[in-house]
Amino acid sequence: MTRNHRSMRASRRSMLQALGAAAVGLSFGSTLQGCKKEEAKNGETPATAAGGAEEPKLNFYNWDTYIGKTTLEDFKKATGIEVNMSLFSTNDELFAKLKAGNPGYDVIVPSNEYVTQMAQAGMLMELDHSKIPNKANLAPDFQDAAFDPGRKYSMPYTWLVLGIGYRKSKVEGVPDSWKWLFDSDKYKGRIGLMSESADQIRLAAKYLGSSIVGVTPETVKQVEAMLIKQKPNVKVFHEDNGQDLLLAGDIDLVVEYNGDIAQIMRESDDIGFVVPKEGSMLNSDCLCIPKGAPRPNNAHAFINFILDGAVGKEISETILYPTPNAAARTLMPESYKTNTTVFPPADAMAKCEYGKFEGAEKVRMFEEAMTRIRAA
Amino acid sequence: MEQHWQRAKAAFAAIAVPPILWLIAFFVIPLGIIWAYSFGENVTQIEIGITGTFANYARVLEPLYLTIFLKSAWVAALTTFLCLIIGFPVAVAITFASPRLKMILLMMIMLPFWTNLLIRTYALMAVLRTEGLVNHSLEAIWRLVAGIMIGVGLNAPPDFQPLELLQNTGAVILGLVYVQLPFMVLPLYAALDRMDRSLIEASLDLGAGHMRTFWSIIIPLAMPGILSGVIITFIPSVGAFLTADLLGGPNDLMIANIIERQFKRANNWPFGSALSFSLLYITFIAIALQAFLAQRSRRRGR
Repeated sequence: MTRNHRSMRASRRSMLQALGAAAVGLSFGSTLQGCKKEEAKNGETPATAAGGAEEPKLNFYNWDTYIGKTTLEDFKKATGIEVNMSLFSTNDELFAKLKAGNPGYDVIVPSNEYVTQMAQAGMLMELDHSKIPNKANLAPDFQDAAFDPGRKYSMPYTWLVLGIGYRKSKVEGVPDSWKWLFDSDKYKGRIGLMSESADQIRLAAKYLGSSIVGVTPETVKQVEAMLIKQKPNVKVFHEDNGQDLLLAGDIDLVVEYNGDIAQIMRESDDIGFVVPKEGSMLNSDCLCIPKGAPRPNNAHAFINFILDGAVGKEISETILYPTPNAAARTLMPESYKTNTTVFPPADAMAKCEYGKFEGAEKVRMFEEAMTRIRAA
Repeated sequence: MEQHWQRAKAAFAAIAVPPILWLIAFFVIPLGIIWAYSFGENVTQIEIGITGTFANYARVLEPLYLTIFLKSAWVAALTTFLCLIIGFPVAVAITFASPRLKMILLMMIMLPFWTNLLIRTYALMAVLRTEGLVNHSLEAIWRLVAGIMIGVGLNAPPDFQPLELLQNTGAVILGLVYVQLPFMVLPLYAALDRMDRSLIEASLDLGAGHMRTFWSIIIPLAMPGILSGVIITFIPSVGAFLTADLLGGPNDLMIANIIERQFKRANNWPFGSALSFSLLYITFIAIALQAFLAQRSRRRGR
């Protein structure tokens, strides 16, 4: 998933690149080392912080450009708790960082499929709903979630939908079908697909009439054949930077998230976004408390604060992602509420589904199919 | 010599122990863990069991991954070759430049290192992209020529079609050559600079032409530099993934891209480890080969 924050991930990457294969080993070492250091810096272990009053601090691990301008200061004014925010750029990075144990984070923001995966792996703490009365502000659709039944581990922060970002002047009408990207040479050499295997393959399966969830190996075979055939027409499998390539004019149609396209629309009038008529895939980024969080009380207070209507409004104004918070949405200006990129029309949305984490075997199947497509 | 360092044992230990400990703690042990992972499998989403299985290596040997290994090696080899034929004249020029100019030229070779690789790659994208610097300049020239042609009463040429310079294998190789060139030039320069110039003079005095002197004197004497340049250009090129990610097209999948995915999205560290170590084994073989060739050329030199 992408939100204009390649710089951080990139510096990690370039380090790996510079050190070559051996660095894979090193980065693992430094992850462990980093954990220890951070724990030492925080001066406590989860065990010692379990009972009694908590110091007025909070470690928040978030995506870049994904919080309101004054949200953290406002929280400090309201509660005296100082938030220390650090940034991650992909769910994988978040997962990898917490895999070896929580290095001291109190609140994290994984996407829905990772909520399931982390909950299954025992990496998340159960939320105490009595400490989050602002849950009532959530829209009815978001009170419960299939990926986290009963909202045991997660509170929704934003939601996102994949669609087609396009350059209006270079495309005929509104390209409201995945066909133009997956199964047609009409826009040869101007198409950008995602290199992210699971999302790309499931979207193509959706185009072929399958559901996003429960894609069968036979469908994956079909998708593989279709995308191998389509490959000569594709300009790039983008690495989370589809919106930049679209804005720069390298490609004219791209699979991207609505929020990413909404952000570049501020820079160009020639950019459009559509959720194709075949339907698409939804995501939801959620607030969670990782197991071993040093300050669970502060974490609950923070989540409750974020779900407040006025606070949610301030966040949505900055980040331009759709909010699941009904109280916040009513406070937003008309221009946001009626923005069809942020909130695509209901008939298109009706055919969209949430992705689901369906186990490691599925992940491997998608990954291998994508490797075969790229290597073909 | 031996006596000398026996006497200075304490001093030697004081100097040698910290770096050795450092290497063990931050290089040998982490690498050992990754090596152990390559014989393991995922027990749960977050636990890896070291079961001694060879399944990961068996998967590395599947035709799918072997093809990608070969393609990466081919891209790296081409990169190395281009670096060599571009870098050699540059190294020769630096060697024979005046001391002042030499400083400036060496500075220019090293200057790009001061900028992060990612920034340089993005800059390259800005230059090469459809709406980029190269295409805009070409278009301006095209327009100028078209204007002149119309002015002198000729038919107007067709509209300018931007060149596709990005998102293809050519762009990946260009990007790699751009990044790796200094690694080739510096060892070549070091070898050429050490060379005894009287040998060149002798060759010319004794009737050999410039070409003959170049092939029979300069190249053999520079061989150790050429070999180390080739090695330190080739190895990082095989392991490059950022360049392929950002500059490559739909077909440009390098082995390092696959490794990166195993550690991230695919969450299959054991397989990723096996891939990394396969790359490492190949690297070792390449270095051993280089050492062997260097020794042979040295022997022949005598």
